Amino acid sequence: MKKVQFSGIAPPLLLIAPQMAIVVIFFLWPAAEAVRTSFFIQDPFFGRAVFVGFDNYVNAVTRSDYLRSAAFTGVFVTAICAISLGFGLLFAVCADEVLRGEGPYKTLLMWVYAIAPPVAGLIGVMLFDQHIGPLVDFFAFFGWELQTGVDYWDTAFAMTVVAAWKQIPYNFIFFLSGLQGIPRSLREAAAIDCRSPARRFWTVVFPLLAPTSFFLLVINITYAFFETFGVIDVMLKGEPGNNPVSLVYKVYLDGFRGQDLGGSSAQSVILMVGVMLLTVVQFRFIERRVHYA
Amino acid sequence: MTPADGSRGGVPTLEITGAVKRYANGHLAVKGVDLHADEGEFVVFVGPSGCGKSTLLRMIAGLESVTEGEVRLKGRVVNDVEPADRDIAMVFQNYALYPHMSVYDNLAYGLRNRKIPKPEIDRRVREAAEMLQIGEYLARKPGALSGGQRQRVAMGRCIVRDPAIFLFDEPLSNLDAKLRTQMRLEIRRLQRRLGVAAVYVTHDQVEAMTLADRIVVLNGGRVEQIGAPVEVYNAPASTFVASFIGAPAMNLFPAEAEGGAIRVDGGSAPAPARARGAVTAGLRPEKARLVPAGGGLPFTVETVEELGATRLVHGHVGAASFVVSLEAGVSPPGETCAVTADPADVHLFDRGSGARL
Repeated sequence: MKKVQFSGIAPPLLLIAPQMAIVVIFFLWPAAEAVRTSFFIQDPFFGRAVFVGFDNYVNAVTRSDYLRSAAFTGVFVTAICAISLGFGLLFAVCADEVLRGEGPYKTLLMWVYAIAPPVAGLIGVMLFDQHIGPLVDFFAFFGWELQTGVDYWDTAFAMTVVAAWKQIPYNFIFFLSGLQGIPRSLREAAAIDCRSPARRFWTVVFPLLAPTSFFLLVINITYAFFETFGVIDVMLKGEPGNNPVSLVYKVYLDGFRGQDLGGSSAQSVILMVGVMLLTVVQFRFIERRVHYA
Repeated sequence: MTPADGSRGGVPTLEITGAVKRYANGHLAVKGVDLHADEGEFVVFVGPSGCGKSTLLRMIAGLESVTEGEVRLKGRVVNDVEPADRDIAMVFQNYALYPHMSVYDNLAYGLRNRKIPKPEIDRRVREAAEMLQIGEYLARKPGALSGGQRQRVAMGRCIVRDPAIFLFDEPLSNLDAKLRTQMRLEIRRLQRRLGVAAVYVTHDQVEAMTLADRIVVLNGGRVEQIGAPVEVYNAPASTFVASFIGAPAMNLFPAEAEGGAIRVDGGSAPAPARARGAVTAGLRPEKARLVPAGGGLPFTVETVEELGATRLVHGHVGAASFVVSLEAGVSPPGETCAVTADPADVHLFDRGSGARL
């Protein structure tokens, strides 16, 4: 990398200005606006805003629909992380067994990741479609009448499966490259030291994958909280009714459907603080156990 | 001292018969090898890269399957036995220490998997650590150790296992020259002390000569010669062995043998009477003598390398380049002189096959 020494402070500032402008306009300003709005009850039709202090917050966290949504989000995020990380790792281990050094195959497997997320989401929606969905037929065979969009639990199930499914290729790729980065001689040393392949995996291979796993855990939690918005929106077809919604989707519903800008802002601030706390916890307690070779 | 065939009676620790390794792509890495290692014997596989020495070692370890033939450890055929069940321990070229475990856990890992009682594990780990002088590093991770220390940990991991045989895969090639010499001595001392058989793979003939009870010289997937270092040095079985073992390498040159002498360019030198006709003659630099012109094979001095203890005189005998090693302070008798030697020091090889005559 070529190093350049600027003579004054102006040129470097000018160079980072576009990036800073984007950060300020699209991230910092809306975040500050959300915090401000959360302390007001706002007339959506350009009327007065009344300062109400923490009323919006109190109101949000004491309402039963909010608590229900929060509980669902907790389960939803946990399930997505468990399913997508679990299957991603499982597939990566299977692929790694046969893939050592087989370049073209690896490339083929990675194509899955190249499918655009909305397309993947739409495929998921079709799989669970009441009329044409093969998964509905599949579960009907076992006597489970899946009613996505009508029954709360069925919808929750479908949402979780689709959201997790979309994330599996991503996890797969990272786990696979992590596995392929483990030196062959280490596995061989382990093969001499330990008879059981399963035990070898959990005591040698998995700990060496820890940096990858930790990175993916952070990414997956963020994904499950925020990026699943699209999947939920597509699956609910804009009709939330009695169906499960995640906290992020509820922020959107209350703010844009319910026109409750103050309450919606308060919810988003709570969510923001919650995710920040979660990230701090992750780095403090999990990262410490992660070994970076 | 082990007899020529290495046998000491009883069941050999390691016995390989007709071992062949063919890879899925058809490449034949090992083309039928027979050898054995007795209890407490140090066997070194030496050869250039691609000669199949590492593959053969990995077949003993169980890290490569055996295409044909048999590998026996203490009389038991282990062709289809998992590496963990073979009663072996291996030191890898890059040490292959578990980076996420402390030195203590690196040593203890294999024992824990064998369900050995905790106090026994602790005793063995501390004993090995003391033997290798790594006791103060037991709590550290391998990443915090130097190359030499990692090497010791890798050896400790083998020692605690108390295996039937140690396998070394070029364990010193990642160390600098000084440390390599030191660790070489230590490995030998340790192996003697423990009395455990060892198979050691290297491409360095000095390591092979210094470590081995028996050297196995491999070339192109075949055994060229098996024997004690002195035997291999004194009576190389082929021109390949002759040029590979010994430094500086043996001089090999085309000559006419006529029963008791060899002749090159009108000059002649005494030689064993075994052969007649066109041969490849071999003479070690340290066994060659320089005499005034006419007293042997014609030789012209080109350059002299001063090594302190010895001097290397470079020139040609016939068309082949030729090196003579002289003692310090001794000068060649002249710019043009002659090479001669005791007949017993002259080796004769078949010009075509390279086999010893």
